[in-house]
Amino acid sequence: MTNLVDIPKVNAKNMTEKEYFYGHKACAGCGGSVAVRLALKVLGERTYTALPAGCMSAVGFIYPQMAFNTNALITTFPGAASMASGIAAGAKALGQKDVKTVVFAGDGGTADIGFQALSGMIDRNDDVLYICYDNEAYMNTGIQKSGLTPYGTKTTTTPAGENLPGTITHKKNLFEIIAAHDIAYAATASIGYPQDFMNKVNKAKHTKGATFIHVYASCPTGWGTPTETSIEIAKDAVDCGLIFLAEYEDGEYKLNRNPKEFASVKDYLKKQGRFKHMTDEDIQCVTEHRDKKWARMRKQWL
Amino acid sequence: MKTNKIFISGDEAVAQGVKLCRPHVIAAYPITPQTITVERLSEMVEAGEMDGIYMHVESEHSAISATMGASAVGARTFTASSSQGLLYMAEGLHYCSGGRWPVVMMNANRSVALPWSIYGDQRDSLSLLDCGWIQVYVEDAQEALDMMIQAYKIAEHKDVLTPMMVNLDGFILTHTYELVDIPEQKMVDEFLPVFETPNKMSFEEPKNLGFSSKPDDNTEFKYQQNEAMFKAIDVIRDVDQEFAEKFGRKYYDMVEEYRCDDAEVVLVALGSVCGTIRVVVDKMRAAGKKVGLLKIRYMRPFPETEVKDLARRVHAIGVIDKDISFGYEGTVYTNVNSAISKIDKYVYKSNFVGGLGGRDITKEEIEEMFEKLFFGVKNKSEEKVEFFSLNVESND
Ligand SMILES: Cc1ncc(C[n+]2csc(CCOP(=O)(O)OP(=O)(O)O)c2C)c(N)n1
Ligand code: SF4
Ligand SMILES: [Mg+2]
Repeated sequence: MTNLVDIPKVNAKNMTEKEYFYGHKACAGCGGSVAVRLALKVLGERTYTALPAGCMSAVGFIYPQMAFNTNALITTFPGAASMASGIAAGAKALGQKDVKTVVFAGDGGTADIGFQALSGMIDRNDDVLYICYDNEAYMNTGIQKSGLTPYGTKTTTTPAGENLPGTITHKKNLFEIIAAHDIAYAATASIGYPQDFMNKVNKAKHTKGATFIHVYASCPTGWGTPTETSIEIAKDAVDCGLIFLAEYEDGEYKLNRNPKEFASVKDYLKKQGRFKHMTDEDIQCVTEHRDKKWARMRKQWL
Repeated sequence: MKTNKIFISGDEAVAQGVKLCRPHVIAAYPITPQTITVERLSEMVEAGEMDGIYMHVESEHSAISATMGASAVGARTFTASSSQGLLYMAEGLHYCSGGRWPVVMMNANRSVALPWSIYGDQRDSLSLLDCGWIQVYVEDAQEALDMMIQAYKIAEHKDVLTPMMVNLDGFILTHTYELVDIPEQKMVDEFLPVFETPNKMSFEEPKNLGFSSKPDDNTEFKYQQNEAMFKAIDVIRDVDQEFAEKFGRKYYDMVEEYRCDDAEVVLVALGSVCGTIRVVVDKMRAAGKKVGLLKIRYMRPFPETEVKDLARRVHAIGVIDKDISFGYEGTVYTNVNSAISKIDKYVYKSNFVGGLGGRDITKEEIEEMFEKLFFGVKNKSEEKVEFFSLNVESND
């Protein structure tokens, strides 16, 4: 196995100026497209790129305007991991060397409908890097609740009203569910911390077999945020502790950031249209859930 | 011609045929009565008799997805399924034909739940006639093996680039042992070229595949897919001819007529029941009755020319359907009827629906169908869709 510590770090100075994802039709300020763009800069030309139905495929492949400079294709919504597995197997059977297959899938495509195929892909340890860009709802179909939509979020299928505060469930523990497969490498990231994200992609690139990155990626359209705050808001999410940066490597969990104090959850929530309706009680519920989770992570992972 | 006959089941014959085609990637999920095929292939891979990769996918949806993925980088692929599994693939089946990936699959024809039944009928594949796959139905284990070899050559042809489903009746073919001739690897290698396709991602020529279309171009993509299906008819003919010259076995391309030359009354059927019909035809012919069999081999592309040609020569056509499109009639009948309606002649027709969920279709029942057709012509009876040998009271 490659010693991941020795891999040269990616930074603003040494990263390529080549673009592999441009000319697409994502909304201004789209965080998902930032994640795809940055990851492909690390992965480079010899990449097979697979995207299930979702925003990034919808905005990237409108015939005849193709936005990927790498090899790329859209998969069925549930079939991203398995189609990518097939690509990797085909490439191997044909004797192709120095190739990476990468998936960019949304939170719905990953934690819900595509989960079975993803679990199979990790179980077989297929040589695929699976990146889930998490914008916390089914955006492509018009902002519906997914398994990664957090408590209190107003979506078009979890409207907030007199009786319900919007979404009434918390996010699935996706990262830990993936790690529980005993995967070779998994990480969480945020486009608010781009260098951290790119270096995690780089680690995964140099790891043979199945790897996974869960990257938090803002969506101004679905979140009700100004387009120019996308990076800032994705950073805020980490700083207030609702999103954490971690890795799972060699069977061990690692917390990459463990702040003594968190920034305000309320400030983070109140910047976004999707949380505007939340009462102090709702915010209390979100904060308590965060604290419980961090207490457990600190106890078990540190 | 030298032969190398061994005693194997239909499922094993499929595995032997697939092995000879040297697929790069096999992805399949077990389901009765397909399982023996994938077990044998796994053994062949384990034993090093095959170079391909066997992927243990966690579902049929992933089986078809993985084969599409491998095909999209230029690999030859195989999958196999049946019934519930085939239906679980449905999204991928359309996706695969639209992507023009020439995946080859074996389908063990089995009934569809509810009620659960592991036994044979053809409701699974016939309900997916419109998914854009070439569909062939075989009659015995030898034909199953031979069609695997032909299937790759047809599906991968540059004018076709369309996936192909080889259908075998569950249990009747999949689990019945027969003497099957195994062609020599060298001869198969000469017959079947290495898979080359322009429709793949590569580092020499990167491509974006599987894209979205706008209303402005979608019809054009679908038109081309339909044209490819029609072109497949010529390719099927050529491949069968070349196969006959090389291996000494001919399958009469789109359909096979059995004693139809001067026939007055003909039964049309798919798959293994054709074997039983042949026996009945011989018996009735010996008694001076002018009966025949039209074995439809390909349901897609559909043998319209052949059906019309036969209809011009006969008085009555009966269609056996091991399926039913609820609220109307059998699907084979609908297709045959549509072809017949395009000729300028009246032919008496009848649809016999039965053999569902594994029930045998007996020689006596087939003889009765022929008699009903003679009676119908003579008495100008009303044409109808009949569930034969029903144990509950029918409404008519
Ligand atoms: C089998 C199937 N079911 C439903 C859909 C409709 N659909 C397409 S994209 C999508 C939502 C995607 O959400 P997510 O994966 O979170 O990606 P995002 O659009 O947010 O980027 C849905 C529901 C589909 N294409 N296929
Ligand atoms: S809706 Fe959101 S995720 Fe989709 S393209 Fe727009 S900003 Fe990006
Ligand atoms: Mg989403």
